[in-house]
Amino acid sequence: MAGGVVVVLLCLIAIFADFLAPLPYTKTNFSRLNEAPTRAYPLGTDQLGRDLLSRMIYGARVSMLVGLGAQVIVVIIGVPIGALSGYVGGRTDLVLTRFVDVMYAFPRLLFVILVMSMLGAGLTNIFIAIGLTGWVGIARQTRAQVLAIKEKEFVDGARALGAGFGRVLGRHVMPNALTPIIVAVTFGIPEAIFTEAALSFIGVGINPPTPSWGQMVGEGQQYIRSYWHLCVFPSIAIAVTMLSFVFFGDGVRDALDPKLK
Amino acid sequence: MFHYVLSRLLWLLPTLLAMALVTFLVMHATPGSPLDPVSEGANPLSPEAQKNLAKYYGLDRPLYEQFAIFVSKAVRGDFGYSFVYKTRTVQEIIAETFPISLLLGSMALVLAIVGGLTLGILAAVYQNRTWDYVSVSLATVGVAVPNFVLAVFLIILFSFVVPLFPTGGWDSPRNWVLPTVALALAPMGIIARFTRASMLEVIRADYTLTARAKGLGEGPVIFKHALKNAFIPVVTLLGPMFAAVGTGSFFVEAIFRVPGMGRFFVLSMTGRDYPMIMAVVLTYGAFLAVMNLVVDLLYGVFDPRIRY
Repeated sequence: MAGGVVVVLLCLIAIFADFLAPLPYTKTNFSRLNEAPTRAYPLGTDQLGRDLLSRMIYGARVSMLVGLGAQVIVVIIGVPIGALSGYVGGRTDLVLTRFVDVMYAFPRLLFVILVMSMLGAGLTNIFIAIGLTGWVGIARQTRAQVLAIKEKEFVDGARALGAGFGRVLGRHVMPNALTPIIVAVTFGIPEAIFTEAALSFIGVGINPPTPSWGQMVGEGQQYIRSYWHLCVFPSIAIAVTMLSFVFFGDGVRDALDPKLK
Repeated sequence: MFHYVLSRLLWLLPTLLAMALVTFLVMHATPGSPLDPVSEGANPLSPEAQKNLAKYYGLDRPLYEQFAIFVSKAVRGDFGYSFVYKTRTVQEIIAETFPISLLLGSMALVLAIVGGLTLGILAAVYQNRTWDYVSVSLATVGVAVPNFVLAVFLIILFSFVVPLFPTGGWDSPRNWVLPTVALALAPMGIIARFTRASMLEVIRADYTLTARAKGLGEGPVIFKHALKNAFIPVVTLLGPMFAAVGTGSFFVEAIFRVPGMGRFFVLSMTGRDYPMIMAVVLTYGAFLAVMNLVVDLLYGVFDPRIRY
């Protein structure tokens, strides 16, 4: 529950960042660099004199955008491949599963870093990199579900009544396969947020000056000895976000599928 | 058994070849080249210089030829000179940095396994009591929070608030503590969760009841009967765990300034250091594949019902 509340709150912060942030995230003030929290700057200023609070509010936007957007891409690629593979079977299945297995063997973060450093930093490229690697898990999950469901009697029934390929798959099989996919997607969100933060941390994620929490931790940890606030506040933001999405995912799973508990 | 190990070892070659090919294709299919100066505003090389360099490094040949040359040299253990550190061969750099990453990774894994098992057993034995909540929350934090964020908190807590350990470096064992803990927390959390779940199942099994019925004390019941069986599902986790510790070390090494291989992984990629990228990816790949084989064999040791 608490997880869900924080998730909704984060989404609102991301949407209304323009109204919430006291200052624009690029506004510099060179007379007040690396300042610890004061009344004028509640979370202090960074190495260019930018308001940390405002940058963190805009950072929420990047995290939410990547978390939700990447899942949309992952579902668009993964679900059809998994469904086709499971439903059609035979040679199609064999080719698709082999492909999925090869992708699965690659350590995921390694591949994402490779793709990102080759394509260059940027939000679009993050979507491409996460989309390219993230669909594998969903495809496997969907395939397993479809395989189990297509043997059920009601599917035979639908087919006997004359339903075609598309109708059987779309109206009868997929709605019943949906629950584990939804659960996998809710757990995929924090994973995508983590991937973006990790990429930005090592400098191949979001392009500056757009703020991202991972990038703020990465830059801030170089000055951790003198200016602790630079990396501590974004670190707390990442930790809280990840934890609430995991709790949220647990909640969704328990609500949708009591058997999985 | 022997045949199983042999065939698995033989499968290693095509797997590594496929990894090399995918990496090679990603490197060459994306825009940009190692000959372009990376930083903005840097003096671009003249076309003649570019041509000479391309020729020197063999980058002017067709792609299939480049790949064939790479493979034929790589099987002899020759990865060539780094494009970025021009005076040093890739093998030298790897031979120098890999042992450090290996040490860090092994320490983290040992800590993760010992800590995770302890937490998991405590949680299962004292289900729904204080110990359970403590270890479940620790496990959740370890799983959910990225290791570089944990590293920041560890530095604040144990270098500034309570100055026990240095913030970075690798000179003495005192420097090793924080990076090891930061790297170990995530796998420790996963192991703790799995151990708890499978211990809870095993504790209710009939053979545990039998063990108690014949008068065994709590210690032998838990450690000799329950844990042995509860450990089996946990062993399957060890394979992915190696991968997690391997990729996790990029971040932990960066924060704690550990002179390991993780740093070169990112540097070589952003610098388009082709020989270095290939070598680093393949070193990780080979290491993970061998470790997965070891884990699969261990599975047979812990579960005698499995035959190869």
